Amino acid sequence: MSVTVRVQTEDFDVAREIAALRARDARVGAVAAFIGLVRDVNEATAVATLELEHYPGMTEKALSGIVEEAKSRWRIYDATVIHRVGELKPTDPIVLVAVSSAHRGEAFAACEFIMDYLKTRAPFWKKERTPAGERWVEARASDDEAAARW
Amino acid sequence: MVTLVYLARLRESLGLRSEVVELPPQIGNVAGLLSWLRGRGGRWAAELEAGRAVRVAVNFDMANADTPVRAGDEIAFFPPVTGG
Repeated sequence: MSVTVRVQTEDFDVAREIAALRARDARVGAVAAFIGLVRDVNEATAVATLELEHYPGMTEKALSGIVEEAKSRWRIYDATVIHRVGELKPTDPIVLVAVSSAHRGEAFAACEFIMDYLKTRAPFWKKERTPAGERWVEARASDDEAAARW
Repeated sequence: MVTLVYLARLRESLGLRSEVVELPPQIGNVAGLLSWLRGRGGRWAAELEAGRAVRVAVNFDMANADTPVRAGDEIAFFPPVTGG
């Protein structure tokens, strides 16, 4: 199994990433993918732009570790995790998680697990620029609860 | 010597991205290091106050209060993560 983990400023091409994930592997019967997007409102405040910061050196290691954990829990063949950093605006894609497996159950579960763990363990931080100024996004207890389910 | 890295809100409020410091010999773990940094007073005491949500990574792995720190380590301090 190969794993693709990337941190980048540029957008990603979902069709191309999924084609690479499948890579003519006839064992693959299911691909589950999640795409996270920038919304224009957070906690009732309009968001003009979002600045995504990360911790180079740790980020890729943390994401690879999360994918390894998913591999140990489900029979999945391959996974792709791409997370953008830098300045983003509403409607921009932020993150792609895609997982291939023989059957949908394992692909769905592993994809959701990777996303839940990413939200609580991968070193990214969001700063919002709003008409009232800028503010760091606070972590949500609901994200910890989502990760604790697994 | 250890490298200390401050990220996101902590970097801004402490006004520092990273520093290289000589670790006092009595400091053996993350809890000791945090206590030593709080001893700088001012914003350091406020931002790293016990009970505030400060996360720590030692050599790029998430750490806790008991995680050992030693010469040559890179230790990062940051708020709870908010990616995805």
